[in-house]
This record gives sequence, structure tokens and C-alpha cells, in this order.
Amino acid sequence: MPLRHKDLLGLEYLEREEIELILDTAVPMKEIFTRDIKKLPTLRGKTMVNLFYEPSTRTRTSFELAGKWMSADVTNIATSTSSVVKGENLKDTARTLEALGANFIVIRHQMAGAPHLVARTVKASVINAGDGRHEHPTQALLDLFTIRERLGRIEGLKVTIVGDILHSRVARSNIWGLTKLGAHVTVCGPRTLIPPEISRMGVEVTCDLGEALADADVVNVLRLQLERQKKGLFPSIREYSDLYGLTRKRVEKCKPGVLILHPGPANLGVEITEEVAEGPNAAVHEQVTNGVACRMAVLYLLSGGGKPGEIAA
Amino acid sequence: MRLLLKGGHVVDPQNGLDETMDVLVRQGKVVAVDTAIDAEDARVLDVCGKVVLPGLIDMHVHLREPGREDEETIETGTLAAARGGFVAVACMPNTDPPLDTGAAVRFVLSRARETGYVRVLPVGAITRGLGGTELAEIGELRRAGAVAISDDGRPVTNATVMRHAMEYASMFDMPVISHAEDAELSAGGAINEGYWSTRLGLPGIPAAAEETMVARDIFLAELTGARLHIAHVSTAGSVELIRRAKEKGILVTCEATPHHFTLTDEAVAGYDTNTKVNPPLRTQRDVEAVRQGLADGTIDVIASDHAPHTAEEKEVEYELAAFGMIGLETSLALAVTELVRPGILTLGQLVERMSYGPAKTLGLDWPGIVPGAEANITVLDPDASFVVDPAGFASRSRNTPFSGRRLFGKVVATVVEGRIAYEAGVS
Repeated sequence: MPLRHKDLLGLEYLEREEIELILDTAVPMKEIFTRDIKKLPTLRGKTMVNLFYEPSTRTRTSFELAGKWMSADVTNIATSTSSVVKGENLKDTARTLEALGANFIVIRHQMAGAPHLVARTVKASVINAGDGRHEHPTQALLDLFTIRERLGRIEGLKVTIVGDILHSRVARSNIWGLTKLGAHVTVCGPRTLIPPEISRMGVEVTCDLGEALADADVVNVLRLQLERQKKGLFPSIREYSDLYGLTRKRVEKCKPGVLILHPGPANLGVEITEEVAEGPNAAVHEQVTNGVACRMAVLYLLSGGGKPGEIAA
Repeated sequence: MRLLLKGGHVVDPQNGLDETMDVLVRQGKVVAVDTAIDAEDARVLDVCGKVVLPGLIDMHVHLREPGREDEETIETGTLAAARGGFVAVACMPNTDPPLDTGAAVRFVLSRARETGYVRVLPVGAITRGLGGTELAEIGELRRAGAVAISDDGRPVTNATVMRHAMEYASMFDMPVISHAEDAELSAGGAINEGYWSTRLGLPGIPAAAEETMVARDIFLAELTGARLHIAHVSTAGSVELIRRAKEKGILVTCEATPHHFTLTDEAVAGYDTNTKVNPPLRTQRDVEAVRQGLADGTIDVIASDHAPHTAEEKEVEYELAAFGMIGLETSLALAVTELVRPGILTLGQLVERMSYGPAKTLGLDWPGIVPGAEANITVLDPDASFVVDPAGFASRSRNTPFSGRRLFGKVVATVVEGRIAYEAGVS
């Protein structure tokens, strides 16, 4: 069963079975790219363009390697934020990329819905690599994959997402993926960084970190954009860290074996201490590895690939 | 020229008419309203089965001329108005240059005389350059023909400036039209703040951004005794504030748009930028409150806030897209479909909200369908339906979220000062 979509715009638009298919497909992908000869021929002769309107190292590199290991020709376009403000026309850019022969357009953009606009404009498959505060579906897929790999399941788990929920596309994609797969999700952060009516997305909301951590099986710590402080959303980094920073002391009060995730790059000492991020409960580096596998799975399925068992080993 | 509207159902609450009548028009005036009028040599329009209404007025449109003739002109905008059943439109001053001088107002009126299909009522600016600081020459604007003042599109942030504008405008008995928005609370916002802004990851505009300003302006209207008109009311809280102000006898009127009584912020899902409008589409609760306000008369006027934009300004990222949607050619049908057919408004109340309400708010002499009155008449077939097709619009722009929607209420004819400005089937 291939994915019934031309594009991957968000986990919001996927059925539970489709998310599970991607996760299942990522398992052999991980085996393939962790062995010595990494290449799969699936995307030979196909072109993938990374169109990044925001700075990104890990997501862009991860997509680039995923494409290369699937034998696609990969090209990167980094476009500065200023060109958007200057009125560079996204539709026009998308049409140009298609005319240049792009089969996949991976887009990172600071505005929600930008990948949707591209997807409506071109026949190429569009993969959302983060749109504003809307979604970052492959990040959530790799988080789901990591949880499943570490804890063996997702259904019934209690997952807490801590931090700037308001501006976080990682949070939104995780909420869609986790709730569709049967986890119980709690979001936690200062009231100024909790978006209105988020409970209608099927999550619990608390501003009390102790409460949010108490019975969590998984804690996903979000990166704090330090410039939010200047906008008056919280009084100081110090106070944020004091109220919401994940420290060893706080982890010790969690369930034993609690899994700690962070999408990176972390502000070590702000939302998470280095001790915790590098500690036995954290899976920060596995997340990065799993990201490549999940992106390979997405590329494979969007290019019409079938069941995980059909992948040439 | 004589014109006889034969066999229509005349609905004119101010003249106590709700029955089948013929209407005879001569030299721009209504000369007879009676059963079975015979008039030789008159052009006869058979309007059996149709309703004949006092001419409708859309008191909130953007005609974009001068300055943005690529979006709309007085010619195309007033043709859209005629096709939408409107005999007059009040045009907002945020043109380029803005209507902040008598010369600019006279320019619009002269272009309207040369190219217009319906009557154009210019709204002058409150402040010079719509800058929000120095008052425009409001007396001069009045003399040139402005019917009201507004900095529409921008709020007057400084309360003292607004106070002085109200005091000054009251000398000329001109209403001050408030675009009620706290620019700090709405800063960066693209859609209503709520579940959908959260889900779609778009920055939100809270209801309070409108309501705090509505409250401020109501207090200023009480302080100054001036006539205040709140444009495009979109929230339940605003409706409630205005209801209470009216109970206290404060001189406040207000309007609501068809999109605010029809659509909710859920329409934004999919990121169709034709749903981007300011104030934004709100929640179901707000839609219900606006409908209730229209039904009980708290909301005096239905106005479209017709805001034409080119495809280039709309087919971009949602946050970058221009605010606004066109409405002249769907406004009446949305009112019929969403308000009259479900029984929220009677046809008589529709006439109040779309003809007498705006006329009273703007201080027009508007006697209705009565002998001696200027013949401004809208003929409507409330039972005929059509599918909205922006490609067929007279407006130069196409930015409507209602494309493909089936609506009831087709305009049969629009009579402006005795002249047929639009007749269905005749191009």
C-alpha cells in the first residue's frame, strides 16, 4: 500500500494506518542506512530540491542524506528570510523548480500554509519540513519512531510536551501523531506560550511542570526561541529555566525509564541541562539517526513504494 | 422616459407597503404607486412574482480609484454594485491619494458622474493621510460632498484625536465611522485567535482587539454626543457592547458584513487566502450573535466591506496575503440565503438593514417608494438561485470565498434615479 497522497503536508492529514505504514517502513530503512553500503536505487533519476527559507542544519542535512541514500539527485536552495518580505513570489519559485525537473520539493518556510500553496501549484511531491508554527511532520514521525523503538509501543503512553507550545510546529505535529496513535498528550509551558483552545486538539494543558512530569512515560522538551523574551512573553530566561527547565533533579522525580526527547538544537542550560540531554533517559542523538530513516520512508512511500517487506535488502 | 414596474410585490416598511402594486416612474421620480396602473408609452417591466424594494445602499465599499485601478475602478465597482442590487455605495477614503481633501472628494464625485452606474457617496478621511494624528479638513470634505468620515482600514489609535474628530464632525452632523481595532492586540495577526489559529499555526487576532476599541469609541460618543458608526462588527462582545450603548441612548449605529454572518474561522482550513479579511472570520458563537443583532436591530446595517485585491496580492503565503474580500455581487444573495430564507429577517427587515438603515446612518433624504420620491428601486427574485462564479463578476477583482456556493436571491433590475442601471439578461 503506497501513501494515498501526493504530498506530506502534515500529520493532521494522515490516517493512523498511514502513519504506522511510514513508521513500519522506516524500520528497514534504518537497517539499510546503518550498514556499510547505504544506497537504495529507489529514486534513481529523480530530483529532490530542498527549498529552505529558514536556517536549518539538521533537518536539511537529514533530508539531503535521505535523498542521496535513495539515489536521488539532491540540490539545496537556501533563501533568506528577507527575500520573502521583499515579495519573492513563492508560486513562481515553485513553478521554476518544477520546470527545472524537481520531483520532490522539500520546503521549510516561516509561514504556515506555504507548503500547501506550493503543493497546489506543482505536480511534484511536496514535503513540509516545517511551516511557521503549523507542522513539522517528519520531526514528529521521528519522535514517534524513537518512542516506539525505545518503549515498544505508543498506544496508551503518557507523553508530555514542554515549552513554547504557541510557536511550535513540532508540538502540533506531535499532537496529531500521538493522539492518532492512541497516546495521552499533555502540553506544559507558561500561560503566555500556550495557544488558545489547544485542549480541543485532544490534549491536557497545565502550566505546572511538576504535575506534567509526574506520570509521564515520555517528555518531549521544545527548544525555546530566546528572542521571545523580548516580546514580553516571559520575563527572563532565568525565570523560564527555573520554572520549565528539565534538570536531573526533576528527571529523578519522574517515572523510572522515562524517555526524554528534544528536537534540537537545544539551548543547554535553558530548557534542558546538558546532563539530562546526554543522560541515559535521553535519545537526542538516536532521534537524529531515526530522522534519516523516517525521511527515507516518506520519500519511498511518496514515490509509490509499497510495503516495507518489498524493500530490496 | 417613463418606466412602469408591473405586478411586483412592493415591500417598503416605512411606507406601510407589503402588497402587489405597480410603480410608475417619470423623469427620475416615482409618480404613482397603485394597483393596475396603465401608462401608454412607458417602458413596462413585468415584475410579477418578484419583489420591489426601496433601492439598496452598500455603505462600506472600496472602489480603489484613485490609485489602485488595477484592483477596481469607480466604473467597475459601481457596475458590480448595480448588478448586486445597490443604487448607491459609500466608498472608503483609503485610496491613493486618500480622500482627505475636498479636491480628492470632488475627483471621486466627478469620476462617478462620468463613469458610474450608481450613486457614489464618498467617505472622507478623519485624519490627514489617514495618519491618525492631524484632523483632515472635515468642513471642506463635507462641502465637497463627503457623507461621513473614517480612517477605515486603520484605527484611530489616539483617543484624543478620535475625541476631537467626533466633536468636530458633530458640527456638520456627520457620522464618524470607526474601524475598531487595537493595533497592538491585533499586531501580526492573520485570522481569528482561537482553536483554528492554534490548529493552523497562524497568528491570531483576539476578539478583544475589536471589543476594546468598540468600548472606547462608545465612551467617546457618550462624552462628545457625536454620531458614531461602528464598521464591520464581528464579535459577540461588540454586539453586546453596542446593544447596551443603545439602551443608554448613546448615538451609536453599526454594520455587519455578509461574511461575518455566514462564515466562521473554520473556513480558513486549507489556507485559502480569500478567507483572509479584517476583522477576521470569527467563531460560530460570534456568527450567531451577529445574526441575533441583525434580527433585533442592534445592528442597523448590512454592508459588504467590498475590498478588491488582485490575484497577485492574494496568491501568496497566507500571512503575506492582503486582507479583504469583494462582496457587492454576493451581498444581497447572502442576506437572502442566510437571513431571510431561514426566517431571521423578514423582507421588510432586510429593507431596513440594506436601504433605510444605511440612509439614516448617513443622513440621506430617503423617502422610499412613494410618489414624489427619487426613483431608487431594487427588484429582486428571492426564490431564484445561482451558483457564485467570480469569472462572471463585473468587479475587476475575484477575491471571494463564496465561489461555487449556491445562493438564493437574484437581482432582476436596479433602478437609479429613474434610470435602469442594471437589468437581468441585458448586458
